[in-house]
Amino acid sequence: MPSLGADMDAGTVTEWLVTPGDEVHRGDIVAVVETEKSTIDVEIFESGRIEEILVPVGTRVAVGTALARVTPLTAPAPAPGPGPGGTAVASAPAAVAATVAAHDRTPPAVAHHGTVLSPVLRRLAEKLGVEIAALEGSGPGGVVTRADVERAARPAPPPPPPAPAPAMAGPAAVSSPQGSRVPASPLARRVAADAGLDLVSLAPGSGPAGAVVEADVRRALEGHAPAPVPAEAPASPPARGAGEDGSSKQAAMRRAIGTLMARSKREIPHYYLSTTIDMERAAGWLAQANEERPLASRLVMPVLLLKATALAVAGVPEMNGFMVGETFEPSPAVHVGVAVSMRGGGVIAPAIHDVPGLSLDDLMAELHDLVNRARHGSLRSSEMSDPTITVTNLGDLGVESVFGVIYPPQVALVGFGRVQERPWAHEGMVGGRQVVTATLSADHRVSDGHRGGLFLSAVDKLLQRPEEL
Amino acid sequence: MTSTTYREAMRQALREALTRDERVFLMGEDVGRYGGCFAVSLGLLEEFGPERIRDTPLSESAFVGAGIGAALAGMRPIVEIMTVNFSLLALDQIVNNAATLLYMSGGQFNVPLVIRMTTGAGRQLAAQHSHSLEGWYTHIPGIRVLAPATLEDARGMLWPALLDPDPVLVFEHGTLYNMEGDLADGAGEVDIESAAVRRPGEDVTLVTYGGTLRVAMGAAEELSASGVEAEVIDLRSLRPLDTATFVSSVARTHRAVVVAEGWRSGSLSAEVSARITEEAFYDLDAPVARVCSAEVPMPYAKHLEDAAVPQVAEVVAAVHRLGA
Amino acid sequence: MTEAPAESVAGIRARGTEEPAPEAMRHLLEQMLRIRRFEERCVELYSSTAIRGFLHLAIGEEACAVGVLEALTPDDAVVATYREHGHALARGMTMRSVMAELEGKAEGCSRGRGGSMHLFDAATRFYGGNAIVGGGLPLAVGLALADHMQGRHRVTACIFGDGAVAEGEFHESMNLAALWGLPVLFCCENNFYGMGTALAYAESETDLALKAAGYHMPSWHVDGMDVLAVARTAREAAEAVRQGGGPHFLELRTYRFRAHSMYDPDRYREKSEIAEWKHRDPIGRLADHLRDIGELDDAALEALEGAVAAEVDDAVAYADAGTLEPVGDLLRFVTSEPGGGER
Repeated sequence: MPSLGADMDAGTVTEWLVTPGDEVHRGDIVAVVETEKSTIDVEIFESGRIEEILVPVGTRVAVGTALARVTPLTAPAPAPGPGPGGTAVASAPAAVAATVAAHDRTPPAVAHHGTVLSPVLRRLAEKLGVEIAALEGSGPGGVVTRADVERAARPAPPPPPPAPAPAMAGPAAVSSPQGSRVPASPLARRVAADAGLDLVSLAPGSGPAGAVVEADVRRALEGHAPAPVPAEAPASPPARGAGEDGSSKQAAMRRAIGTLMARSKREIPHYYLSTTIDMERAAGWLAQANEERPLASRLVMPVLLLKATALAVAGVPEMNGFMVGETFEPSPAVHVGVAVSMRGGGVIAPAIHDVPGLSLDDLMAELHDLVNRARHGSLRSSEMSDPTITVTNLGDLGVESVFGVIYPPQVALVGFGRVQERPWAHEGMVGGRQVVTATLSADHRVSDGHRGGLFLSAVDKLLQRPEEL
Repeated sequence: MTSTTYREAMRQALREALTRDERVFLMGEDVGRYGGCFAVSLGLLEEFGPERIRDTPLSESAFVGAGIGAALAGMRPIVEIMTVNFSLLALDQIVNNAATLLYMSGGQFNVPLVIRMTTGAGRQLAAQHSHSLEGWYTHIPGIRVLAPATLEDARGMLWPALLDPDPVLVFEHGTLYNMEGDLADGAGEVDIESAAVRRPGEDVTLVTYGGTLRVAMGAAEELSASGVEAEVIDLRSLRPLDTATFVSSVARTHRAVVVAEGWRSGSLSAEVSARITEEAFYDLDAPVARVCSAEVPMPYAKHLEDAAVPQVAEVVAAVHRLGA
Repeated sequence: MTEAPAESVAGIRARGTEEPAPEAMRHLLEQMLRIRRFEERCVELYSSTAIRGFLHLAIGEEACAVGVLEALTPDDAVVATYREHGHALARGMTMRSVMAELEGKAEGCSRGRGGSMHLFDAATRFYGGNAIVGGGLPLAVGLALADHMQGRHRVTACIFGDGAVAEGEFHESMNLAALWGLPVLFCCENNFYGMGTALAYAESETDLALKAAGYHMPSWHVDGMDVLAVARTAREAAEAVRQGGGPHFLELRTYRFRAHSMYDPDRYREKSEIAEWKHRDPIGRLADHLRDIGELDDAALEALEGAVAAEVDDAVAYADAGTLEPVGDLLRFVTSEPGGGER
């Protein structure tokens, strides 16, 4: 069945003008076909003898289906030139396509199930890797259609999708536990998700139509913020299903923090240093790095701060390790404790292991996972027991600088405040630049201010080359 | 500094182009003997002669198409169409030829053509001379669309547009021609790629262009008095859009209002809004708002026309509705 | 040949009545045969789906393309319509590049971005391939305007059909070209049907040369089924245009033997009308004339047919073996590439 227009998919043979045994010549009209638009003569492009009519009158077949089989004559007829009467015979009015595809001289193939495959479909089948013998025709009389070939080429339908994952990455996943939807701006959702805050408690907000907006979230976070000197306390992660009600859990955690911090302040002679670090390059690099990342795997600034801290101890090993009795034991590995504030108050600082060896993307994933598990009470005991140095980052809450309390038996704690734009002299020019205040609380039994200063300076230097982190 | 007008700045740009490149010529209805419908080309006929300041019959399709043909054959035509409404008579040539020839020819035939036209309301010219249809042209791949809103841009956009190897449409808002101000003595070509921050601010971003830049600036002044600092972005190039500039602004301010004179349905303001939600969604603290023209053919009576187009008070109200 | 020479609306007979040399006539025959056989092969390829989209054939109209384009020099420009395979081939574009374009291949003259209706070629100044009826006329006026302003003695041949005469762009362009005295040769291939609507149903004045004459433009009726008449008149008109005579208009009365597009029901034409016009087939007519004067025999015709068939076969093989433009290049040429565009 020739294609008689770009929009034609099938046609019905309404008349055969030849019968088997007839000799035909290129340009002859051999059949009449009806399409959606009209009745059109079918022209043949081959000279030869009609062997067999394959599609009877009244049958509708797809474009590309062979209509008849033609055997070439041994001596091809000469190409028709302009006739002596001046009439060109090669082009009949509205004469149309051939039964045999134009430049494929192979006769139509007969597939095994008694089905017929045109050269066009045969080529298509070969291209798509479809086994011709296995084709079942859905056309009239079991004729194989283009759709059959394409169907056979399609891969098996995929297995049903797995049950939806319980949690989604990304800010939009935050919703109330009951599943009721709180109107909130995308920014408010993002900030609340980062802080682990449930939007339900904030509704209705102060935004348009009662939507929770960023300011509502900030206000709520400020209300939850711990005491001005944040206590960094290890505590056993709350056991899941322990049977205690929330308030008694919190009370227990508060007691544990109190005990540990009192011990730290009693035993460890703290000294404190502070420096302000230019974060312009780090922030720029981060923004650029995130352009190439899908939303779910974008990096956050704390990842850079963690990595820089972990790398900085290489030059100042007195910051990384434990006091055992009266002796300091430096640690060859760097496991960085990350202070995580808990919903409803309290703080724990589980470790991310071997931070210097992690890429930023891996570190991001680890951090995300750790914070999630910390808040769901599913930390591993090693994560709780073996940090070699701890980082606390209260920048999210708008705090400028953090002077923390060291977790015994560790000997140092690094604090980061909010990354913010400040007037800053750079290369002799004063302009607005992103800066952060980094602090060090260190154990005077192990190091002194000079070493501590070197350490903070190393952190600074590392953050000036974010691409190498 | 020299005190000048938008009209004079545009004329100076034409004069510079005609002087710098002898392939440049100006063609359009009444650009010569009449001096230009809006007097932009006044005096140029005397200076450059009738071959290069070429009056045409009222045949928008033919003379825009002739501009395309002349560009194909090595000239650098500037075609002036009186108003964007009249450009619809040449839509076939702009959309089916100017924008497609390079692509259809597999990269063989580029069309270095500049088409200038006025757009917009504000002069009581009613429904066949006042519409803001530039958004339609921004739908079309293959053409660049510019909207000079300042004296600097009126003076400086034409030459880089002529250097562009592809068609450039320049939309001049009809209310701007009499705008007066100071222009630096050495003012010349400007970039035609990027949007400009016309006023910095941190509480809300107003995205606008062309004739409504003044409306947005006025709104920003009023908002400032009530303690809200609006950042005003002038798009300048309507196609391609400098998305990064307004998205990064919204990422800081968390709120956006698009101010544009076209109707809102199927519009450039819709495109800007969509890009903000596509690229700054998680930074938004409120829905993107739009202040556009009322969806009516432009009326004649002054009070009705004023009511139909964006006004300062509407922009201020829109910002307050967002909670800024 | 016995036909009367072409006559202008003002009644001026074409000057040159002397016949071209036999060699020149055989060349015209060959050009027409190349177009005819090329398009016949297109029918086959369309039927087998190697060519898609719209495919408008000019079988029967070959004398117009060949006669007009023979009158041009390589510096001249051509603006054609969507029924332009013949014009492209007669202008000197290769069968290979045209066939590859029809098959949508990267080797096609428009790198597979244009197809049958949008053939382009910078080397021969072939500016399309315009598929908006009448849309090419303003373009041709502009090409001529550039020549006029730069003092170049070049002709822009603008070819269009009778359907375009009803478009506003026709009148705007005729007026502008005549008003400014621009070097355009307007060639209207009047095949008497705008798609399926006969001229009488579309025009209040069906004498199209007369309409053009209303713009103060020398305008000619030409037998578009007689390649010698077309070539002679086109040459004379092109020379006048080139010498600064302003635009000229040729109404080439012709007929397409096949449907408007690849296939249509052809309900709008009587079979007898088609048969009658086929008796005036420009190819047969010229071949007969050459036989009559002893300048063509069966062997020579067979050799010519053989050479043309070989060229068509080669073009199809080239197109079949062509490559597909990478999808990664989909967006190329929406705008000019750096460094491109200066001419």
